[in-house]
Amino acid sequence: MLTLENLSFGVQEEKGEKEIIRNLNLTIGDHKFVVITGPNGGGKSTLAKLIAGIEMPTEGKITLDGEDITEKGITERANAGISYAFQQPVRFKGVQVLDLIRLAARKKLSVADSCQYLSEVGLCAKDYINREVNASLSGGELKRIEIATVLARGTRLSVFDEPEAGIDLWSFQNLIAVFERMRETTKGTVLIISHQERILNIADEIVVIKDGQIASQGTREQILPGLLGTTSAVDACSKFYKGER
Amino acid sequence: MADFANIDKIQLRLLEEVADLHEVPAGAFNIRANGQLAQRVNSANIEIVSKEDGTGIDIHIKPGTRKESVHIPVVLSQSGIKEMVYNDFYIGDDADVVIVAGCGIHNGGDADSKHDGLHRFFVGKNAKVKYVEKHYGAGDGRGKRIMNPATEVTMEENSYMEMEMVQIKGVDSTKRSTRADLAAGAKLVIRERLLTHGTQYAESGFVVNLNGADSSTNVISRSVAKEESSQLFIAEINGNARCAGHSECDAIIMDNAKISAIPKITANDVDAALIHEAAIGKIAGEQIIKLMTLGLTEAEAEAQIVDGFLK
Repeated sequence: MLTLENLSFGVQEEKGEKEIIRNLNLTIGDHKFVVITGPNGGGKSTLAKLIAGIEMPTEGKITLDGEDITEKGITERANAGISYAFQQPVRFKGVQVLDLIRLAARKKLSVADSCQYLSEVGLCAKDYINREVNASLSGGELKRIEIATVLARGTRLSVFDEPEAGIDLWSFQNLIAVFERMRETTKGTVLIISHQERILNIADEIVVIKDGQIASQGTREQILPGLLGTTSAVDACSKFYKGER
Repeated sequence: MADFANIDKIQLRLLEEVADLHEVPAGAFNIRANGQLAQRVNSANIEIVSKEDGTGIDIHIKPGTRKESVHIPVVLSQSGIKEMVYNDFYIGDDADVVIVAGCGIHNGGDADSKHDGLHRFFVGKNAKVKYVEKHYGAGDGRGKRIMNPATEVTMEENSYMEMEMVQIKGVDSTKRSTRADLAAGAKLVIRERLLTHGTQYAESGFVVNLNGADSSTNVISRSVAKEESSQLFIAEINGNARCAGHSECDAIIMDNAKISAIPKITANDVDAALIHEAAIGKIAGEQIIKLMTLGLTEAEAEAQIVDGFLK
Protein backbone atom coordinates (compact mmCIF):
# COMPACT_ATOMS: atom_id res chain seq x y z
CA MET A 1 0.00 0.00 0.00
CA LEU A 2 1.29 3.43 -0.99
CA THR A 3 0.32 6.38 1.17
CA LEU A 4 0.91 10.05 0.47
CA GLU A 5 0.29 12.27 3.49
CA ASN A 6 0.02 16.06 3.29
CA LEU A 7 2.36 16.01 0.33
CA SER A 8 3.51 19.32 -1.09
CA PHE A 9 6.02 20.20 -3.78
CA GLY A 10 7.05 23.64 -4.96
CA VAL A 11 9.61 25.17 -7.28
CA GLN A 12 11.34 28.51 -6.98
CA GLU A 13 10.31 31.01 -9.59
CA GLU A 14 11.08 34.70 -10.08
CA LYS A 15 7.92 35.71 -8.26
CA GLY A 16 8.57 33.34 -5.38
CA GLU A 17 7.67 29.72 -4.81
CA LYS A 18 5.12 28.07 -7.05
CA GLU A 19 3.28 25.14 -5.50
CA ILE A 20 2.75 22.29 -7.94
CA ILE A 21 1.45 19.73 -5.44
CA ARG A 22 -0.51 21.15 -2.54
CA ASN A 23 -1.11 19.27 0.64
CA LEU A 24 -2.19 16.13 -1.16
CA ASN A 25 -3.42 12.98 0.59
CA LEU A 26 -3.79 9.73 -1.33
CA THR A 27 -3.82 6.02 -0.54
CA ILE A 28 -3.31 3.42 -3.27
CA GLY A 29 -4.36 -0.07 -2.19
CA ASP A 30 -2.60 -3.30 -3.11
CA HIS A 31 -3.21 -5.08 -6.42
CA LYS A 32 -5.18 -2.14 -7.75
CA PHE A 33 -5.17 -0.72 -11.25
CA VAL A 34 -5.38 3.02 -10.66
CA VAL A 35 -5.47 5.77 -13.28
CA ILE A 36 -4.61 9.35 -12.41
CA THR A 37 -6.04 11.93 -14.77
CA GLY A 38 -6.81 15.62 -14.85
CA PRO A 39 -6.03 18.77 -16.85
CA ASN A 40 -2.55 19.50 -18.14
CA GLY A 41 -0.36 21.33 -15.67
CA GLY A 42 -2.34 19.94 -12.76
CA GLY A 43 0.65 18.16 -11.20
CA LYS A 44 0.15 14.55 -12.36
CA SER A 45 3.64 13.92 -13.71
CA THR A 46 5.17 15.66 -10.73
CA LEU A 47 3.25 13.33 -8.47
CA ALA A 48 4.66 10.32 -10.36
CA LYS A 49 8.18 11.71 -9.98
CA LEU A 50 7.64 12.28 -6.26
CA ILE A 51 6.60 8.64 -5.88
CA ALA A 52 9.68 7.40 -7.80
CA GLY A 53 12.01 9.70 -5.86
CA ILE A 54 13.06 11.73 -8.90
CA GLU A 55 11.67 14.83 -7.15
CA MET A 56 11.69 15.27 -3.38
CA PRO A 57 8.65 16.76 -1.64
CA THR A 58 8.98 20.09 0.12
CA GLU A 59 6.62 18.79 2.79
CA GLY A 60 4.71 15.64 3.69
CA LYS A 61 5.35 11.96 3.96
CA ILE A 62 5.39 8.98 1.59
CA THR A 63 5.08 5.44 2.93
CA LEU A 64 5.23 2.13 1.11
CA ASP A 65 3.70 -0.79 3.03
CA GLY A 66 4.12 1.14 6.25
CA GLU A 67 7.75 2.05 5.67
CA ASP A 68 8.58 5.75 5.48
CA ILE A 69 10.39 6.27 2.17
CA THR A 70 10.16 10.07 2.06
CA GLU A 71 13.89 10.58 2.43
CA LYS A 72 14.95 7.69 0.23
CA GLY A 73 16.55 8.34 -3.16
CA ILE A 74 15.67 6.89 -6.58
CA THR A 75 17.86 3.78 -6.25
CA GLU A 76 16.59 2.91 -2.78
CA ARG A 77 12.97 3.30 -3.84
CA ALA A 78 13.58 1.20 -6.93
CA ASN A 79 15.04 -1.50 -4.71
CA ALA A 80 12.14 -1.11 -2.27
CA GLY A 81 9.79 -2.15 -5.08
CA ILE A 82 8.81 0.92 -7.08
CA SER A 83 9.13 1.00 -10.87
CA TYR A 84 8.71 4.06 -13.01
CA ALA A 85 8.17 4.30 -16.77
CA PHE A 86 9.22 7.61 -18.28
CA GLN A 87 6.83 9.74 -20.28
CA GLN A 88 9.70 10.33 -22.70
CA PRO A 89 11.87 7.22 -22.59
CA VAL A 90 15.59 7.83 -22.52
CA ARG A 91 17.86 6.83 -25.41
CA PHE A 92 21.27 5.28 -24.89
CA LYS A 93 23.93 4.99 -27.55
CA GLY A 94 25.46 1.54 -27.51
CA VAL A 95 23.18 0.03 -24.85
CA GLN A 96 21.16 -2.78 -26.39
CA VAL A 97 17.56 -3.64 -25.60
CA LEU A 98 18.84 -6.91 -24.10
CA ASP A 99 21.22 -5.01 -21.79
CA LEU A 100 18.43 -2.80 -20.54
CA ILE A 101 16.06 -5.70 -19.85
CA ARG A 102 18.79 -7.58 -18.01
CA LEU A 103 19.59 -4.51 -15.92
CA ALA A 104 15.90 -4.16 -15.14
CA ALA A 105 15.56 -7.80 -14.13
CA ARG A 106 18.75 -7.51 -12.02
CA LYS A 107 19.93 -10.88 -13.27
CA LYS A 108 21.54 -12.34 -16.34
CA LEU A 109 18.34 -13.40 -18.01
CA SER A 110 18.66 -15.74 -20.96
CA VAL A 111 17.92 -14.21 -24.34
CA ALA A 112 14.75 -16.33 -24.51
CA ASP A 113 13.50 -15.05 -21.15
CA SER A 114 14.31 -11.47 -22.11
CA CYS A 115 12.44 -11.89 -25.37
CA GLN A 116 9.35 -12.86 -23.46
CA TYR A 117 9.08 -9.36 -22.01
CA LEU A 118 9.32 -7.86 -25.49
CA SER A 119 6.65 -10.20 -26.78
CA GLU A 120 4.42 -9.11 -23.92
CA VAL A 121 4.57 -5.54 -25.16
CA GLY A 122 3.85 -6.63 -28.71
CA LEU A 123 7.34 -6.35 -30.19
CA CYS A 124 8.71 -9.14 -32.33
CA ALA A 125 11.50 -10.02 -29.94
CA LYS A 126 14.12 -11.27 -32.36
CA ASP A 127 13.98 -8.02 -34.31
CA TYR A 128 14.59 -5.92 -31.24
CA ILE A 129 16.64 -7.77 -28.68
CA ASN A 130 19.99 -6.73 -30.18
CA ARG A 131 18.95 -3.26 -31.29
CA GLU A 132 20.51 -0.29 -29.58
CA VAL A 133 18.19 1.86 -27.51
CA ASN A 134 19.09 4.86 -29.65
CA ALA A 135 17.53 7.33 -32.05
CA SER A 136 16.88 4.59 -34.62
CA LEU A 137 13.86 3.47 -32.58
CA SER A 138 10.53 5.21 -33.04
CA GLY A 139 8.62 6.80 -30.18
CA GLY A 140 6.18 3.89 -30.05
CA GLU A 141 8.96 1.30 -30.03
CA LEU A 142 10.81 3.11 -27.26
CA LYS A 143 7.63 3.37 -25.24
CA ARG A 144 7.04 -0.35 -25.44
CA ILE A 145 10.65 -1.15 -24.54
CA GLU A 146 10.27 1.20 -21.58
CA ILE A 147 7.19 -0.75 -20.48
CA ALA A 148 9.07 -4.04 -21.00
CA THR A 149 11.76 -2.86 -18.56
CA VAL A 150 9.08 -2.22 -15.95
CA LEU A 151 7.53 -5.65 -16.57
CA ALA A 152 10.96 -7.27 -16.23
CA ARG A 153 11.35 -5.69 -12.80
CA GLY A 154 8.07 -7.18 -11.61
CA THR A 155 7.83 -4.89 -8.58
CA ARG A 156 4.90 -4.41 -6.24
CA LEU A 157 4.22 -0.89 -7.56
CA SER A 158 4.62 0.24 -11.17
CA VAL A 159 4.08 3.86 -12.16
CA PHE A 160 3.55 4.80 -15.82
CA ASP A 161 3.70 8.46 -16.76
CA GLU A 162 1.44 9.11 -19.77
CA PRO A 163 2.30 5.97 -21.74
CA GLU A 164 0.23 7.27 -24.67
CA ALA A 165 2.18 10.52 -25.05
CA GLY A 166 4.06 10.99 -28.29
CA ILE A 167 3.04 7.82 -30.12
CA ASP A 168 1.12 7.28 -33.32
CA LEU A 169 -2.37 5.82 -33.56
CA TRP A 170 -1.28 2.34 -34.62
CA SER A 171 1.12 2.09 -31.72
CA PHE A 172 -1.60 3.44 -29.48
CA GLN A 173 -3.99 0.58 -30.30
CA ASN A 174 -1.24 -1.91 -29.44
CA LEU A 175 -0.36 -0.06 -26.30
CA ILE A 176 -3.91 -0.25 -25.01
CA ALA A 177 -3.84 -4.00 -25.61
CA VAL A 178 -0.63 -4.20 -23.56
CA PHE A 179 -2.29 -2.46 -20.62
CA GLU A 180 -5.45 -4.50 -20.96
CA ARG A 181 -3.30 -7.62 -20.73
CA MET A 182 -1.36 -6.18 -17.82
CA ARG A 183 -4.70 -5.54 -16.14
CA GLU A 184 -5.44 -9.27 -16.34
CA THR A 185 -2.06 -10.72 -15.44
CA THR A 186 -0.17 -8.40 -13.15
CA LYS A 187 0.07 -9.15 -9.48
CA GLY A 188 1.38 -5.81 -8.24
CA THR A 189 -0.26 -2.39 -8.14
CA VAL A 190 -0.32 -0.41 -11.36
CA LEU A 191 -0.57 3.38 -11.33
CA ILE A 192 -1.01 5.04 -14.71
CA ILE A 193 -1.12 8.70 -15.52
CA SER A 194 -3.30 9.07 -18.57
CA HIS A 195 -5.92 11.12 -20.36
CA GLN A 196 -7.04 8.26 -22.51
CA GLU A 197 -10.61 7.06 -22.21
CA ARG A 198 -9.60 3.50 -23.09
CA ILE A 199 -7.11 3.38 -20.27
CA LEU A 200 -9.58 4.97 -17.85
CA ASN A 201 -12.00 2.27 -18.98
CA ILE A 202 -9.90 -0.48 -17.44
CA ALA A 203 -9.20 1.29 -14.14
CA ASP A 204 -10.36 -0.04 -10.78
CA GLU A 205 -10.04 3.46 -9.41
CA ILE A 206 -9.72 6.88 -10.95
CA VAL A 207 -8.09 9.88 -9.26
CA VAL A 208 -8.57 13.34 -10.78
CA ILE A 209 -5.85 15.85 -9.99
CA LYS A 210 -6.30 19.55 -10.59
CA ASP A 211 -4.21 22.47 -9.36
CA GLY A 212 -2.00 20.15 -7.34
CA GLN A 213 -4.87 18.67 -5.37
CA ILE A 214 -7.28 15.79 -5.67
CA ALA A 215 -10.45 17.04 -7.33
CA SER A 216 -12.23 13.70 -7.14
CA GLN A 217 -11.49 10.07 -6.47
CA GLY A 218 -13.47 6.86 -6.66
CA THR A 219 -14.26 3.76 -8.64
CA ARG A 220 -14.43 3.91 -12.44
CA GLU A 221 -18.20 3.72 -12.28
CA GLN A 222 -18.32 6.72 -9.97
CA ILE A 223 -15.83 8.96 -11.73
CA LEU A 224 -15.65 8.15 -15.44
CA PRO A 225 -19.15 9.35 -16.51
CA GLY A 226 -18.33 12.84 -15.24
CA LEU A 227 -15.06 12.94 -17.17
CA LEU A 228 -16.28 11.86 -20.62
CA GLY A 229 -16.07 14.67 -23.11
CA THR A 230 -13.49 16.59 -21.08
CA THR A 231 -9.73 16.70 -21.70
CA SER A 232 -9.28 14.30 -18.80
CA ALA A 233 -10.77 11.46 -20.85
CA VAL A 234 -10.14 11.86 -24.56
CA ASP A 235 -10.50 9.13 -27.10
CA ALA A 236 -7.65 8.17 -29.35
CA CYS A 237 -8.93 9.94 -32.46
CA SER A 238 -9.85 13.22 -30.78
CA LYS A 239 -6.96 15.12 -32.31
CA PHE A 240 -8.20 14.26 -35.80
CA TYR A 241 -11.68 15.70 -35.43
CA LYS A 242 -10.93 18.53 -33.13
CA GLY A 243 -13.12 21.49 -34.08
CA GLU A 244 -15.83 19.34 -35.62
CA ARG A 245 -17.42 18.82 -32.28
CA MET B 1 45.79 -27.21 -27.71
CA ALA B 2 49.45 -26.27 -27.38
CA ASP B 3 50.82 -23.67 -24.98
CA PHE B 4 52.83 -20.72 -26.17
CA ALA B 5 56.58 -20.99 -26.34
CA ASN B 6 58.78 -18.38 -24.61
CA ILE B 7 55.85 -16.59 -22.96
CA ASP B 8 55.50 -15.90 -19.23
CA LYS B 9 52.33 -15.39 -17.19
CA ILE B 10 52.26 -11.60 -17.37
CA GLN B 11 52.80 -11.73 -21.11
CA LEU B 12 50.03 -14.28 -21.44
CA ARG B 13 47.65 -11.94 -19.63
CA LEU B 14 48.62 -9.14 -22.02
CA LEU B 15 48.04 -11.46 -24.98
CA GLU B 16 44.57 -12.21 -23.72
CA GLU B 17 43.81 -8.50 -23.44
CA VAL B 18 45.10 -7.37 -26.81
CA ALA B 19 44.45 -10.34 -29.04
CA ASP B 20 41.91 -12.51 -27.16
CA LEU B 21 44.53 -15.22 -27.27
CA HIS B 22 44.16 -17.86 -24.60
CA GLU B 23 45.97 -20.54 -26.52
CA VAL B 24 47.92 -20.93 -29.73
CA PRO B 25 45.62 -19.68 -32.49
CA ALA B 26 44.77 -21.44 -35.72
CA GLY B 27 46.36 -19.82 -38.75
CA ALA B 28 49.56 -17.80 -38.90
CA PHE B 29 50.91 -15.81 -35.99
CA ASN B 30 53.94 -13.93 -34.78
CA ILE B 31 54.39 -12.97 -31.14
CA ARG B 32 56.93 -10.35 -30.21
CA ALA B 33 57.79 -10.16 -26.51
CA ASN B 34 60.15 -7.66 -24.90
CA GLY B 35 61.61 -6.61 -28.21
CA GLN B 36 62.26 -10.09 -29.55
CA LEU B 37 60.52 -12.76 -31.53
CA ALA B 38 58.92 -15.23 -29.11
CA GLN B 39 57.09 -17.52 -31.51
CA ARG B 40 56.13 -17.64 -35.17
CA VAL B 41 53.97 -19.99 -37.19
CA ASN B 42 53.26 -19.71 -40.91
CA SER B 43 50.39 -21.28 -42.79
CA ALA B 44 50.23 -22.60 -46.35
CA ASN B 45 48.92 -19.25 -47.58
CA ILE B 46 50.40 -16.80 -45.09
CA GLU B 47 54.10 -16.27 -44.72
CA ILE B 48 55.70 -14.07 -42.09
CA VAL B 49 59.29 -13.02 -42.75
CA SER B 50 61.63 -10.94 -40.58
CA LYS B 51 63.01 -7.88 -42.31
CA GLU B 52 66.69 -8.25 -43.08
CA ASP B 53 67.66 -5.27 -40.97
CA GLY B 54 65.72 -6.70 -38.03
CA THR B 55 63.34 -3.77 -37.67
CA GLY B 56 60.11 -5.71 -38.16
CA ILE B 57 58.26 -8.24 -40.25
CA ASP B 58 56.69 -8.62 -43.67
CA ILE B 59 53.43 -10.54 -43.85
CA HIS B 60 52.63 -12.01 -47.24
CA ILE B 61 49.10 -13.25 -47.81
CA LYS B 62 48.69 -15.16 -51.06
CA PRO B 63 46.04 -14.06 -53.55
CA GLY B 64 42.77 -15.86 -53.03
CA THR B 65 43.45 -16.83 -49.40
CA ARG B 66 40.04 -17.30 -47.81
CA LYS B 67 38.85 -17.14 -44.20
CA GLU B 68 42.28 -17.24 -42.59
CA SER B 69 43.61 -15.19 -39.74
CA VAL B 70 46.94 -13.67 -38.76
CA HIS B 71 47.76 -12.66 -35.21
CA ILE B 72 50.77 -10.41 -34.63
CA PRO B 73 50.58 -9.20 -31.02
CA VAL B 74 53.38 -7.37 -29.23
CA VAL B 75 53.85 -7.54 -25.47
CA LEU B 76 56.25 -5.67 -23.23
CA SER B 77 56.58 -6.79 -19.65
CA GLN B 78 60.04 -5.47 -18.87
CA SER B 79 60.18 -1.86 -17.66
CA GLY B 80 62.19 0.59 -19.74
CA ILE B 81 61.98 -1.06 -23.15
CA LYS B 82 61.69 1.38 -26.05
CA GLU B 83 61.18 0.01 -29.53
CA MET B 84 60.10 0.98 -33.01
CA VAL B 85 58.86 -1.71 -35.36
CA TYR B 86 57.91 -1.68 -39.02
CA ASN B 87 55.40 -4.25 -40.19
CA ASP B 88 54.28 -4.51 -43.80
CA PHE B 89 51.23 -6.48 -44.88
CA TYR B 90 50.90 -7.58 -48.47
CA ILE B 91 47.37 -8.82 -49.00
CA GLY B 92 46.93 -10.58 -52.33
CA ASP B 93 44.05 -9.99 -54.74
CA ASP B 94 40.74 -11.60 -53.77
CA ALA B 95 41.98 -12.63 -50.32
CA ASP B 96 39.55 -12.55 -47.36
CA VAL B 97 41.40 -12.45 -44.05
CA VAL B 98 41.31 -11.27 -40.45
CA ILE B 99 44.40 -9.61 -39.02
CA VAL B 100 44.68 -9.11 -35.29
CA ALA B 101 47.44 -6.85 -34.04
CA GLY B 102 47.71 -5.18 -30.67
CA CYS B 103 50.15 -4.13 -28.04
CA GLY B 104 50.11 -4.78 -24.33
CA ILE B 105 52.53 -3.14 -21.93
CA HIS B 106 52.97 -4.18 -18.32
CA ASN B 107 55.22 -1.68 -16.65
CA GLY B 108 55.99 -2.46 -13.04
CA GLY B 109 59.12 -0.31 -12.91
CA ASP B 110 60.05 3.35 -12.94
CA ALA B 111 61.40 3.63 -16.46
CA ASP B 112 59.10 4.48 -19.36
CA SER B 113 58.12 1.66 -21.71
CA LYS B 114 57.43 2.65 -25.26
CA HIS B 115 56.23 0.82 -28.35
CA ASP B 116 56.03 2.69 -31.62
CA GLY B 117 54.95 0.94 -34.76
CA LEU B 118 54.38 1.64 -38.39
CA HIS B 119 51.97 -0.73 -40.07
CA ARG B 120 51.67 -0.54 -43.82
CA PHE B 121 48.90 -2.37 -45.63
CA PHE B 122 48.88 -3.06 -49.33
CA VAL B 123 45.42 -4.41 -50.02
CA GLY B 124 45.05 -6.11 -53.41
CA LYS B 125 42.15 -5.88 -55.81
CA ASN B 126 38.84 -7.21 -54.50
CA ALA B 127 40.52 -8.27 -51.27
CA LYS B 128 38.65 -8.08 -47.99
CA VAL B 129 40.46 -7.42 -44.71
CA LYS B 130 39.29 -7.08 -41.17
CA TYR B 131 41.96 -5.54 -38.98
CA VAL B 132 41.67 -5.39 -35.19
CA GLU B 133 44.16 -3.49 -33.08
CA LYS B 134 43.90 -3.25 -29.31
CA HIS B 135 46.09 -1.37 -26.89
CA TYR B 136 46.30 -2.21 -23.24
CA GLY B 137 48.49 -1.10 -20.39
CA ALA B 138 48.92 -2.52 -16.87
CA GLY B 139 51.38 -2.54 -13.99
CA ASP B 140 51.71 -0.18 -11.06
CA GLY B 141 55.22 1.16 -11.68
CA ARG B 142 55.82 4.88 -12.06
CA GLY B 143 57.21 4.38 -15.56
CA LYS B 144 54.87 5.51 -18.30
CA ARG B 145 53.29 3.21 -20.88
CA ILE B 146 53.55 4.88 -24.26
CA MET B 147 52.32 3.71 -27.67
CA ASN B 148 52.46 5.62 -30.92
CA PRO B 149 51.01 3.58 -33.75
CA ALA B 150 51.10 4.79 -37.33
CA THR B 151 49.13 3.04 -40.03
CA GLU B 152 49.31 3.53 -43.77
CA VAL B 153 46.80 1.81 -46.00
CA THR B 154 46.93 1.54 -49.76
CA MET B 155 43.78 0.03 -51.16
CA GLU B 156 43.48 -1.19 -54.71
CA GLU B 157 40.35 -1.36 -56.80
CA ASN B 158 37.22 -2.72 -55.16
CA SER B 159 39.03 -3.78 -52.03
CA TYR B 160 37.35 -3.54 -48.64
CA MET B 161 38.96 -2.97 -45.28
CA GLU B 162 37.45 -2.67 -41.85
CA MET B 163 39.70 -1.40 -39.06
CA GLU B 164 38.76 -1.66 -35.43
CA MET B 165 41.03 0.20 -33.05
CA VAL B 166 40.50 -0.06 -29.34
CA GLN B 167 42.33 1.52 -26.44
CA ILE B 168 40.40 1.21 -23.21
CA LYS B 169 42.82 0.99 -20.36
CA GLY B 170 46.19 1.84 -19.00
CA VAL B 171 48.02 3.62 -21.82
CA ASP B 172 49.52 6.87 -20.55
CA SER B 173 50.26 8.52 -23.81
CA THR B 174 49.34 7.69 -27.34
CA LYS B 175 49.58 9.43 -30.64
CA ARG B 176 47.93 7.55 -33.44
CA SER B 177 48.09 8.49 -37.07
CA THR B 178 46.25 6.67 -39.80
CA ARG B 179 46.47 7.46 -43.46
CA ALA B 180 44.68 5.73 -46.31
CA ASP B 181 44.63 6.03 -50.09
CA LEU B 182 41.72 4.41 -51.88
CA ALA B 183 41.50 3.43 -55.53
CA ALA B 184 38.26 3.10 -57.49
CA GLY B 185 35.48 1.20 -55.75
CA ALA B 186 37.49 0.66 -52.56
CA LYS B 187 35.80 1.02 -49.20
CA LEU B 188 37.36 1.69 -45.81
CA VAL B 189 35.48 1.53 -42.52
CA ILE B 190 37.28 2.65 -39.37
CA ARG B 191 35.88 2.19 -35.89
CA GLU B 192 37.83 3.64 -33.03
CA ARG B 193 37.03 3.29 -29.33
CA LEU B 194 39.02 5.13 -26.77
CA LEU B 195 38.88 5.66 -23.04
CA THR B 196 41.33 7.85 -21.16
CA HIS B 197 41.58 8.45 -17.43
CA GLY B 198 44.02 9.81 -14.86
CA THR B 199 46.35 12.22 -16.63
CA GLN B 200 46.48 10.25 -19.88
CA TYR B 201 46.77 11.90 -23.25
CA ALA B 202 45.52 10.44 -26.51
CA GLU B 203 45.67 11.88 -29.96
CA SER B 204 44.16 10.28 -33.01
CA GLY B 205 44.47 11.63 -36.53
CA PHE B 206 42.96 10.15 -39.66
CA VAL B 207 43.61 11.21 -43.24
CA VAL B 208 41.61 9.35 -45.86
CA ASN B 209 42.17 10.17 -49.53
CA LEU B 210 39.34 9.02 -51.74
CA ASN B 211 41.21 8.97 -55.04
CA GLY B 212 39.23 6.54 -57.19
CA ALA B 213 35.72 6.80 -58.56
CA ASP B 214 33.08 5.35 -56.20
CA SER B 215 35.52 4.90 -53.37
CA SER B 216 34.02 5.45 -49.92
CA THR B 217 34.91 5.68 -46.27
CA ASN B 218 33.20 5.79 -42.91
CA VAL B 219 35.31 6.86 -39.91
CA ILE B 220 33.56 6.42 -36.58
CA SER B 221 35.15 7.38 -33.29
CA ARG B 222 33.60 6.93 -29.88
CA SER B 223 35.54 8.10 -26.90
CA VAL B 224 35.24 8.77 -23.20
CA ALA B 225 37.61 11.09 -21.33
CA LYS B 226 37.58 10.87 -17.53
CA GLU B 227 39.34 12.61 -14.66
CA GLU B 228 42.22 14.85 -15.81
CA SER B 229 42.81 13.17 -19.18
CA SER B 230 42.76 14.86 -22.56
CA GLN B 231 42.05 13.79 -26.11
CA LEU B 232 42.46 15.22 -29.57
CA PHE B 233 40.63 13.77 -32.55
CA ILE B 234 41.39 14.89 -36.10
CA ALA B 235 39.52 13.47 -39.06
CA GLU B 236 40.42 14.57 -42.52
CA ILE B 237 38.74 13.26 -45.65
CA ASN B 238 39.79 14.37 -49.12
CA GLY B 239 37.38 13.59 -51.92
CA ASN B 240 39.40 13.57 -55.12
CA ALA B 241 36.86 11.80 -57.34
CA ARG B 242 33.20 10.81 -57.32
CA CYS B 243 33.11 9.35 -53.82
CA ALA B 244 31.33 9.23 -50.48
CA GLY B 245 32.96 10.03 -47.15
CA HIS B 246 31.53 10.24 -43.65
CA SER B 247 33.25 10.83 -40.36
CA GLU B 248 31.72 10.89 -36.93
CA CYS B 249 33.24 11.73 -33.59
CA ASP B 250 31.10 11.12 -30.58
CA ALA B 251 32.62 11.80 -27.18
CA ILE B 252 31.58 11.71 -23.54
CA ILE B 253 33.42 14.13 -21.31
CA MET B 254 33.61 13.61 -17.52
CA ASP B 255 35.22 15.25 -14.50
CA ASN B 256 37.99 17.68 -15.52
CA ALA B 257 38.83 16.09 -18.86
CA LYS B 258 39.40 17.96 -22.10
CA ILE B 259 38.41 16.85 -25.60
CA SER B 260 38.98 18.49 -28.98
CA ALA B 261 37.53 17.27 -32.25
CA ILE B 262 38.78 18.78 -35.47
CA PRO B 263 36.93 17.82 -38.63
CA LYS B 264 38.24 18.59 -42.07
CA ILE B 265 36.54 17.60 -45.29
CA THR B 266 37.80 18.71 -48.66
CA ALA B 267 36.06 18.09 -51.97
CA ASN B 268 38.24 18.32 -55.06
CA ASP B 269 35.57 16.87 -57.32
CA VAL B 270 32.04 18.07 -57.93
CA ASP B 271 30.71 14.55 -57.27
CA ALA B 272 32.42 14.10 -53.92
CA ALA B 273 29.82 13.79 -51.13
CA LEU B 274 31.37 14.31 -47.71
CA ILE B 275 29.83 14.57 -44.26
CA HIS B 276 31.35 15.21 -40.88
CA GLU B 277 29.58 14.91 -37.55
CA ALA B 278 31.06 15.65 -34.16
CA ALA B 279 29.46 15.76 -30.75
CA ILE B 280 30.98 16.15 -27.29
CA GLY B 281 28.90 16.20 -24.16
CA LYS B 282 28.56 14.84 -20.68
CA ILE B 283 26.32 11.87 -19.79
CA ALA B 284 22.72 13.02 -19.88
CA GLY B 285 21.24 13.29 -16.39
CA GLU B 286 18.10 11.47 -17.44
CA GLN B 287 20.13 8.46 -18.60
CA ILE B 288 21.51 8.14 -15.09
CA ILE B 289 18.03 8.64 -13.57
CA LYS B 290 16.55 5.95 -15.83
CA LEU B 291 19.13 3.39 -14.71
CA MET B 292 18.67 4.45 -11.08
CA THR B 293 14.95 3.72 -11.41
CA LEU B 294 16.05 0.19 -12.33
CA GLY B 295 17.86 -0.04 -8.98
CA LEU B 296 21.41 0.91 -9.99
CA THR B 297 23.40 3.38 -7.92
CA GLU B 298 24.56 6.56 -9.59
CA ALA B 299 28.10 5.17 -10.00
CA GLU B 300 26.83 1.87 -11.40
CA ALA B 301 24.60 3.76 -13.83
CA GLU B 302 27.51 5.87 -15.03
CA ALA B 303 29.73 2.82 -15.54
CA GLN B 304 26.98 1.05 -17.46
CA ILE B 305 26.46 4.02 -19.78
CA VAL B 306 30.19 4.30 -20.50
CA ASP B 307 30.49 0.53 -21.09
CA GLY B 308 27.58 0.57 -23.52
CA PHE B 309 28.90 3.62 -25.33
CA LEU B 310 32.28 1.98 -25.91
CA LYS B 311 30.98 -1.50 -26.62
